[in-house]
Amino acid sequence: MERPFLSFVNVSYAYHNLKGETQAVKDLSFQVKEGEFVAIVGPSGCGKSTILSLISGIFEPEEGEVNFKTSNRPMIGYMLQRDHLFPWRTIWSNCMLGLEVQNEKTPEKMEYAEYLLKEYNLWDVRNKKPDELSGGMRQRAALIRTLVLHPDLFLLDEPFSALDFQTRIEVSDDIASIIRDSGKSVILITHDLQEAISLADRIIVLSNRPAHVIREIPIHLTCEGKGVLAARSAPEFNDYFNVLWDDLKGKEEKV
Amino acid sequence: MTRQEEFVAKHKKFHRNIAFSQIGLFLFFLAFWEVSSYFGWIDSFFFCSPSIVVTCFVRMLIREELLMHLGYSLLEISISFVLIFVISFATAILLWYYLALSRILEPFLVVLNALPKSALAPLFIVWIGTGSKTIIVAGISVALFGSIISLYSGFRETDPEKILLIQTLGGDKIDVLTKVVIPASIPNIISLMKVNIGLALVGVIIGEFFAGRRGLGYLIIYGTQVFKLDMVLTSIIILCVLAMLLYKIVQSLEHLYLRSTTLVR
Repeated sequence: MERPFLSFVNVSYAYHNLKGETQAVKDLSFQVKEGEFVAIVGPSGCGKSTILSLISGIFEPEEGEVNFKTSNRPMIGYMLQRDHLFPWRTIWSNCMLGLEVQNEKTPEKMEYAEYLLKEYNLWDVRNKKPDELSGGMRQRAALIRTLVLHPDLFLLDEPFSALDFQTRIEVSDDIASIIRDSGKSVILITHDLQEAISLADRIIVLSNRPAHVIREIPIHLTCEGKGVLAARSAPEFNDYFNVLWDDLKGKEEKV
Repeated sequence: MTRQEEFVAKHKKFHRNIAFSQIGLFLFFLAFWEVSSYFGWIDSFFFCSPSIVVTCFVRMLIREELLMHLGYSLLEISISFVLIFVISFATAILLWYYLALSRILEPFLVVLNALPKSALAPLFIVWIGTGSKTIIVAGISVALFGSIISLYSGFRETDPEKILLIQTLGGDKIDVLTKVVIPASIPNIISLMKVNIGLALVGVIIGEFFAGRRGLGYLIIYGTQVFKLDMVLTSIIILCVLAMLLYKIVQSLEHLYLRSTTLVR
């Protein structure tokens, strides 16, 4: 059997402080295939961010294993809820941040950054400061900041939740298509079920803390055109939504 | 007149009035001071008058080597100010880098900061002797510990998600320091400099009170001892002007910084 791109095998992790321990993740197992777009949904505070920290190696699992297809941890591109563009840097130098940190500010990489900025309509504003840009442009700039590093895996931690509704639809389409074009694996963490259904190939539903998988649903939408709005008009959309809704509601009521 | 022009005119008038009132208040004070001394409402020996101060200023300039005293004070203040900045910046970075060190030193810093530093000045004379070295140490001691604490807590308040971002981009602690923590602290550093320049002045004058044979602080103490109160008052007024000028210099540095960050490139 082919090794999956990323796999969690019976992973447990707890936070410790003097008052005791808080089990964030318990016996969690799931896999992500190469090039797959996986959404993780779950009740709030169920340990989703812990999972991201485990993937990126900021935390080591206390039990179980986090395995990658490659022997080394792959290059990970993060997108967080806020774009965290540095206000004291221009858009261009914000996009250079990763290269500076990794000491890889080579001509080729800078050329690639230039290509990305032109491709996604930010080249003309490259010398502006982030606060002069709209929310959507800022998120694109934040994405380019990670794209220049050629990440193998994208971790999106509710990247659209800080945006207003209209921007959110536009930006999530935008970002999703950019990332899909790159053909890399994606893990999207969200509490927005509609977002998850319309963007992901597969949805993993987590339980309340300590998080474990209660359902995995592959998503197949038959709809014309791409994008979040088109997905919402697909005939299967509501069925998926109801199943996920019942899962989450059921779990929250039990507690 | 359009609404916009009306607004601009009103705005300008308001600011003009403020400026006129400030100048007016100052001139009124000078005039009142002069007049009350002239008519003997106040004793001009103790309280002087603007004209006495001006005469005294000219006399000090010519006969008492005022410029030399002023120069020494200025030099000592500048050295103290620079040393406060360098030492507190380096210490704050160390404290930020080594969490355990900051925990260990915290109570000591708090106590040293709370201590009235002028109480130490006599000790400095015993330890270091009289002269510029002691004065500079006194100047530093007034601001140093507060400056360390303020810089360090500024460093600690850096947005943890921005730090996480550097970490996810593959950066180490030095990257976090140079790419996020220090740039994010620059506004804090500038406002701290504004406080420190004033404190350095206070410290140096206290130092000169005790240990100086030159400088404005020395002139004030000397003037009191020989009952040349015009000299004391003149020195204090020069001190006021000096404090204002130094503050303005730091402020223009701030404007320079703000302009470089808000303007493109």
